[in-house]
Amino acid sequence: MELLIIVMLVLMIGGAIFSLEARDLLSAVIAYGIVGFGLVICFLFLGAPDLALVQIVVETITLIIMITVILNSTREEVKKGWKKTTAYAVLAFVFIGFFLYFFNRATDTLTVFGDHAMRMSKAYLQPGAAETGSANLVTGVIFDYRGYDTLGEATILFTAVIGVLTVLRLKGRK
Amino acid sequence: MTIIVKKVTQIICGVIFLYGIYIIIHGHLTPGGGFAGGAIIAGAFILLILSFGSEFLALKKEETGSSLLESSAILVFLVIAVLGMIVGGVGIFLVNFLPKGTVGKLISAGVIPLYNIAVGMEVAAALLTIFLALLIYRDEVLK
Amino acid sequence: MIVYILAVFLFLIGIYGVVVKRNLIKIVIGIAIMEYSVNLFLILIGYVKDGTAPIITDQVSEIVFVDPLPQAMVLTAIVIGLATTALLLAIAIRIYKKYGTFDIREIKNLKG
Repeated sequence: MELLIIVMLVLMIGGAIFSLEARDLLSAVIAYGIVGFGLVICFLFLGAPDLALVQIVVETITLIIMITVILNSTREEVKKGWKKTTAYAVLAFVFIGFFLYFFNRATDTLTVFGDHAMRMSKAYLQPGAAETGSANLVTGVIFDYRGYDTLGEATILFTAVIGVLTVLRLKGRK
Repeated sequence: MTIIVKKVTQIICGVIFLYGIYIIIHGHLTPGGGFAGGAIIAGAFILLILSFGSEFLALKKEETGSSLLESSAILVFLVIAVLGMIVGGVGIFLVNFLPKGTVGKLISAGVIPLYNIAVGMEVAAALLTIFLALLIYRDEVLK
Repeated sequence: MIVYILAVFLFLIGIYGVVVKRNLIKIVIGIAIMEYSVNLFLILIGYVKDGTAPIITDQVSEIVFVDPLPQAMVLTAIVIGLATTALLLAIAIRIYKKYGTFDIREIKNLKG
C-alpha cells in the first residue's frame, strides 16, 4: 500500500512541475488536472470513499471554471526577463532545501505510517453507531460530534459566493 | 454544440440529478452525504448550461433564483440547530433531538438526514451561483 | 515516512509557483496545489494498516477501521478550496479586463 501511494505521489509531483513550467496556459491547466485526479486515486487507496466522491466532482468544476477564464482572455505566457527570475529561483531552492532538512528531523516525532488511530478517534469509533444512530461514521462525526465545524464551513461558502458576486457586479459601472 | 450532444444531454441530465438526490438522502448509510450530493446536482445543471449555450436560457433570472435558494437553505440549517436548543431539554446548540431508531434503516439517526438535505441544497446553489456569475460577466462585458 | 516527505515536497512546489512565477494564472495554480497537498497530508496521518472505510455493515467481526476524524475535517476543506479558487479566478479576470495582461509587474497602477 505504501508503495502504491509513493508511485501516485511521484506522478503528481511530475504533473505539478510540468504545470508550472508550461509555456501555454491551456497546457498548464490540463496538467493541473493530473494532480487533482491523482488525488482521487490516493483517497481510494487510503480508505476514504466520501472524499473521493467530493474531490472528483470538485476537480471537474474547477477545471471548467479555469478553462472558461482562460479562453476569454489570453493564452500565452508572459515574456521572460532572465536576471531577476534566476535570483528569485535560487533563493526559492535554498529555502526548499532548508525546509526539507528540518522537516526530515521533525518526522521523527510522528508515529510510523499506518500504526494506530489517534486516542480521540478511538473514543469516537467505539460508541459511534449507538450514540448517533448512523451507519456512516464520518457523517455521524460531521453532524453530531462536530456540528460547529460544519456550520463554519457553510458560512465560509456563503461568504465566498457573496465575494464573487461583489467582484463581478455590473451595476454602477457607468 | 452539435445535435448529438444536445440529445444525449436531454436524456442524461435527469439521471444525474436523481443520482445526486439518492446520495444526499442515503448519506447516513453509504458513503457520500450532503457535500458530494450537492456538488453532483450542481454538475448536472452546469452540463445543461454548457451544452445548450447561454442565449437559450434566461441566465439573470436563474441567478436570482439560485442565490435565493442558497440563502434559504442555510437559514433552514440554523433553524434546525436552534430547535435542538429549545426542544432537546438540555439547552445545548446543535443537539440531536429526534429519536434515533435502529442502525441501518432509512429513517434513523435523528436529525442527521435533515442536516444532509439542507447542506446539499446549499452547496448545489452556491456552485451554480458562482458559475452563473462568471457566465453573465462574460456575456455582458467581454463580448 | 518517505510518504510524508513526498507530500511536503508537493507543498513546496506550490510555494515555488507562488513566489517565482509572474503570470497570475500560474500563481493561482500554485495556491491550489498547496491546498491539495495539505489535504493529502492530513489523510495520510489518519491511516491505519489494513483498515477499511469507517462504515458499519452487517458483518460483525473484528474489523479494523481507518481514522474518521481527519476525514471529517478534510471533507469540508475540499469544498472551501473550490470556493477560494473561484474567488481568485474572478479577481483575475477583472484584472485582465482593466489592464489587458496577466503579468504582475505591469499591474502597479494604484490610481483609478
